[in-house]
Order: sequence, then C-alpha cells, then structure tokens
Amino acid sequence: MGGERVNTQAKGSPDTAPADAWEPRIVAFFCNWCTYTAADLAGVSRMRHAPNVRIIRVMCSGRVDPQFILDAFAKGADGVLIGGCHIGDCHYVEGNYKTIRRVQMLRRVLHDMGIEDDRFRLEWISASEGEKVKLVINDMVTRIRALGPLGLPQHVRDWDAELESLEHAVTADAKEVGTHVG
Amino acid sequence: MSGKPKIAFYWCASCGGCEESVVDLAEGILDIVAAVDIVFWPVAMDFKRADVETLADGSILASMINGAIRTSEQEEMARLLRRKSQLVIAYGACAHLGGIPGLANQFEREEILRCAYEDCPSTVNQDKVRPQPRAQENGRVATLPILHRMVRTLDQVVPVDYYLPGCPPTPKLLGQAVQALLAGTLPPKGSTLAPDIALCEQCPRKDSKPTDLQLEEFKRPHLTPLDPQRCLLAQGIVCMGPATRGGCEAQCIQGNMPCSGCFGPTSRVRDQGAKILSSLCSNIAAKTEPDIDRALATIPDPVGTFYRYSLAGSLLRKRVWPDSAKR
Repeated sequence: MGGERVNTQAKGSPDTAPADAWEPRIVAFFCNWCTYTAADLAGVSRMRHAPNVRIIRVMCSGRVDPQFILDAFAKGADGVLIGGCHIGDCHYVEGNYKTIRRVQMLRRVLHDMGIEDDRFRLEWISASEGEKVKLVINDMVTRIRALGPLGLPQHVRDWDAELESLEHAVTADAKEVGTHVG
Repeated sequence: MSGKPKIAFYWCASCGGCEESVVDLAEGILDIVAAVDIVFWPVAMDFKRADVETLADGSILASMINGAIRTSEQEEMARLLRRKSQLVIAYGACAHLGGIPGLANQFEREEILRCAYEDCPSTVNQDKVRPQPRAQENGRVATLPILHRMVRTLDQVVPVDYYLPGCPPTPKLLGQAVQALLAGTLPPKGSTLAPDIALCEQCPRKDSKPTDLQLEEFKRPHLTPLDPQRCLLAQGIVCMGPATRGGCEAQCIQGNMPCSGCFGPTSRVRDQGAKILSSLCSNIAAKTEPDIDRALATIPDPVGTFYRYSLAGSLLRKRVWPDSAKR
C-alpha cells in the first residue's frame, strides 16, 4: 500500500498531490462463505458501488486477527470493514460469535486511541445479499469522506520530525552534543 | 584500563527497578565485574557523559539501556551510546516496548504538562510556570531537556541488537545474557533473550486451564478471593499469560497475582494487546450483543489492561488526533 492519502489512480506523488486528490481507502475482510460470495453476486449482477474498497477474502470472519485491523490502519487505511455470515449461519458454527466479541472490544480500543467509530464496521451479509454489499460500501465511503483522511503513516512522520535535529547532531560530531536542544 | 571488554549501563524514562535487578545479581555481580570493565553506570558509579564521549566509537562491547525515550536528553544519550557501542541491548520492558511510561501515549504533550504543572490537586503553581528548555537569569543560562511529543521504545530511536524483556528482567536472564555475550554465543541479532514460548506453557497452574473458558465476566484481582492453585483465567481474572512470553518463571502467578504482560509477546506476535484482546474476548460465553457488551464492560480500561507495557511499541503507537477531532 504505497502513497498514503492518495488514491492509486490519482496522479502525482503522495507528497505533492493536492489535498483534494484524497480518496478514502477501505480494507475489507470478507468471509468466503457469505459476504465474499455476496460481493461476487453484486459483481455478476452489475451493481455499481464506490471503488474505494480493497477486499481480502478470509475463510471466516473469525479468522480476522485484531492485529490485521490495526495493521491496516497503521499502514494507511482510512477504514476497515469486516463482513461475515449472519449469527447462526456460520459455516464453522461459532466463528462469527468470536468475531463480534472481539469487535465489540476492539471498538473501545480504537475509540480510546482516537480513531473515529465510523472508520471500523462489522456487517453480517449473507451470500444472497449483493445489494447490501453495495449499500454498506457506499454508506461507509460517504461517512469516511466526511471524516477525511486518517493518515496514520503521515502522523508517524510528523511525530518523528522531533528526532531529526539530534540525529544529525550526535551522528555528525560527538563533541557537539550536550546542548539538549531538540 | 585493562583489556577486558567494556560494558555500559544507562537509564532513560524508567523507575530504577531495572538498575535494582542488576544489583539483585548479588554476589554474581562480582563474576561480571571480574570479566568486564563497567565504563558507565550513572546509578552506581561516578562516570560522566564526558567519559563516554572520550571513548573511541565502537569501543564498548555492549550498552544495556533501560527505560523508554521521552526527552531530548534520553534520546541524545541513546544515540551517543549507540555510536560508542558494538551492541545495544534494550534492557527491560520500557526500553523494549515502552513500558508503563508508554501509556502516556494516550495523551498529548500539552495535556500531560497541564496536568502535571497546573491541574494536579497537589500542584501549587499560581503563575502556571512551565519548565523552559532555555532560561536566562542574572546573565546565567540554564537549559533543560525537552519533553518529546510521545514516548518511544529504544528501537524507535536507535538500532537495537538484543532485547532483555521484563519489568524488570530477572537476574537469571541477565546472568545468562552476559555469559552468552562474553562467550560469543548470542543468538542472531534482533533476538529477545528469553524463551520464545507463552507463559501459560511454563505456568505451574497449566493443568487447571480449561480448553473452553466460557467467561461470564472479568473479576478484579483486588476484589476477588483467589484460589492459589487454579488457573486465574478459569477464575475470571484477566491474566496475560496466553499472549506473553515466558522466562519470568511465573513469579506473579506464584504470588497469586495474574500476569500483566511485562515480558511482551513471543516472536510470532506483533501486537501483544491485540492478541490478548483476541484471546480473552473470544472466550466469553455471551452470544448476544447486549450480553457481550455487559461482559466486556467488566474490563473498564482496555488500553491500560491489554497494552500495559506495550503501547509505545504497538501497531498504533499513540493516540491520534485526526482532523475531524480538531474541528
């Protein structure tokens, strides 16, 4: 995922592109048995939805390690969407119960870490609900467009700018250190 | 100075417990002193920074640096010791993953300074004086280190060769690390010098851990009488054992207290907090959203619980203030 804040179709490098070139980027984890099949159905039914979602197929929404979600945000995603089978329909019987228990807690962690609630979403979408795939994606893109970029990689670059002056001072000449001025 | 290998110890944002763990080698420290020259150890010996500056680059065999990095002075010393040392060892949870000081990454620098210098009930500071990096009075200039915007792990500031985990590391692990260092038998660079296995595997209560926990709610250890034999998770206590590296010999468990995660994750896990969240929450019994939320509400502070020692080293690192929050 190169070029934070910028749609891959946009022209120009991330650093020079104008702010209005930003397009939301959403990472979606869809379960093989329900939501991925529904996305397939939406495709063959020629439904149109916003092109801002990168879909990753997993065997079960319960396979989505919370680390995947945090890593997606840390690498520049503006939102993360998980799609699984409706409760009671899990191909592995209990998988989506584990999903919702983790997701409910992860929501609180993300909220406490300053990531807005609308950036993280769990939806139960069965294999026949192609229309719901379209509606959920379009709605999420609208909400995230209103929030603006999350841009965690850019935040990290901003935070680490405070390390630059001493890096040069101490690396250039040890005799120059001792000023404590950062 | 003899031809013995040179070792340095330094402390950054830490409590002093890591220094204490070196002293806890007891008479074992005499063997170390016989084998190496300690060229820098501010807590115990009278060396100054100038003594380090006069050493040739790379002339220290290993620097053991404890504490997180949160001021310009700590950053400067970490960079200086990195330059003078062949090996840098992150010593203890704070240097390894940010430790307890890393929890400050839930706040902005301004919030922290305002709390400490203005809002704290025990603070008397009518003029709201804040520490200044540079102040002049009667022609004399005084300087202070700058508080960074965030707490960092040592390896977010300088390259780190090895990690000794723990709050603090045990004298046994330190002794083994020094032996391996002197014998030239250290594992590949980047390794954590402790067993790469979850604490549960080494736990004396392992046999009483059920396969399916079916947790109804989480109990607080200070409000709950604890069975000293039975798995703490089975008693509804948040124990970080499943997501924490072993090597501590389950000292907290043997004191009838749950693991709080100070050894960090094993090498297979990137984000310890996410992993224990995953493990604990998927094991609750509730099946409907209100029941699930009720059970989860018994963990009042998820970030402080799951990331107690690892927030600065986690995937998110610090609370963000997106543009929408600023508006």
